[in-house]
Amino acid sequence: MSLSRKAAVAGAYEHPTRFAPDKSMFQIMAESIRGALADAGLTIKDVDGLCTTGIGMSGMGIVGFCDYMNLTPNFVDSTSIGGSSFVAHTAHAAAAIAAGLCNVCVVVYGSTAASSRFAIGTGGAGGGGDPCDQYELPFGPTTVGSYAMVAQRHMHEYGTTSEQLAEIAVTMRLHASMNPVAKYREPITVEDVLASRIISSPLHLLDCCIISDGGGALVITSAERARDLRKKPVYILGTGETVRHVADGHRDFLEIAAAQSGRLAFERAGVTHKDIDLAMIYDSFTITVLATLENLGFCKRGEGGAFVQGGRLRFDGELPCNTDGGGLSSNHPGMRGIFLVIEATRQLRGECGPRQVRDCNVALVHGTGGTLGTRHSGATLILSNQ
Amino acid sequence: MAEQKKYSKPLPHIDEESRPWWEALQRHELYIQKCRECGATRYYPRALCTQCLSERTEWVRCAGRGKVYTFTVTYQNQAPGFRESLPYVMAYVELDEGVKMLTNLVDCRPEDVKIGMPVEVVYEDVTPEVTLAKFRPAR
Repeated sequence: MSLSRKAAVAGAYEHPTRFAPDKSMFQIMAESIRGALADAGLTIKDVDGLCTTGIGMSGMGIVGFCDYMNLTPNFVDSTSIGGSSFVAHTAHAAAAIAAGLCNVCVVVYGSTAASSRFAIGTGGAGGGGDPCDQYELPFGPTTVGSYAMVAQRHMHEYGTTSEQLAEIAVTMRLHASMNPVAKYREPITVEDVLASRIISSPLHLLDCCIISDGGGALVITSAERARDLRKKPVYILGTGETVRHVADGHRDFLEIAAAQSGRLAFERAGVTHKDIDLAMIYDSFTITVLATLENLGFCKRGEGGAFVQGGRLRFDGELPCNTDGGGLSSNHPGMRGIFLVIEATRQLRGECGPRQVRDCNVALVHGTGGTLGTRHSGATLILSNQ
Repeated sequence: MAEQKKYSKPLPHIDEESRPWWEALQRHELYIQKCRECGATRYYPRALCTQCLSERTEWVRCAGRGKVYTFTVTYQNQAPGFRESLPYVMAYVELDEGVKMLTNLVDCRPEDVKIGMPVEVVYEDVTPEVTLAKFRPAR
């Protein structure tokens, strides 16, 4: 059974806030759901599926959020695999709808990381008490440090340079300059990135995503129903998800989850790399984008450094990437996977104004969750307006 | 008398599965595991082989030598114990026995660390119960 074009994104809403000390996480989520339902032309009474995560420490925060919203859905999914979770939720919602488990599923996210002064990348890894933690936490791992070790290895194997990584940050900032709600909109240069302080070598401050508050929501329904709603449907063509980890100590750290989840998504969607008009790639750090593009097969392993140069990732380039400004410049409340799907949806509908990608019909979304140099998840979606 | 400086970095939560490994480190011995059924090696230690799920496990004593597979010099970490020791080097060392382990590189300047550099284990007795395996440039 193929999932292709069985379900569609019918509503999408990005909360405009980047700093909301006056709001709770749940309020941001509720406002996001209101926005996405209005976008779709549906009401809260239509919702019978809910996907979310990132709430509290119990692992069952979704139940508390249903309480807050007074929802009693027929389908719930709280898959929690880091920042990619909401990309995976979108796939799970599509599968649930195709299987008849629910009809209108909301995927929602909210966070007050910035106003709560939460050090996402450099706070030191807390650890959830998993067996692996005892072999790592004594040595001072940080989120940025884990990605930095992948960058260092990439530089060693392929001669990738800090200038090449910086180009990614520069491009994201250019895109942010055309996004009125982006947190940082002042253009930067490669020199600016290289002059910013090293957080964890070889990654500089401007190689790292920002910290903001924020939230967003998606409304997923059947393709058939989506065609009768307010906005043009964005069909879900293919999905894939998996994890990568230290693999008994035998891992090749330049091979990441995207290699597997991307291959699955392309196969299931029945499209090829040439068909992709927009790539929304989780940009927790510049190296994340480079490693993901290689592993998705947009270029060969080791060629990512050259691939991201020369404006290829610009909104008007050969492979437009993260046209909202990404986590590097627009927003990063901790787990930004949902914003990848939201911007892809806006682009496929032609709603992006000055940063609109021309003839944007097929988009690839890839979320990375967790830490690339220890263990992480990857979730890929291929979406189309046709 | 000089005041004893308290060790403030995170300590491992040692469980029954990992206790033999940590006890060996207290004796300044480093081990990895090898499956007696299928021969697969693994680090970190676990009860069952991930390749064939056998629990017939051999502990293989390591020479304590390897090479730097990758590393990062950490300049920012707000966690207690680490914020006082910036910058520090976190690395994966690939042991001669073929597994990579996360560790710290010590007894060298961060700017001198290179991938591929030969390193050897140093045992750091951080508390009476816990010894950590760190690495320094091979001598």
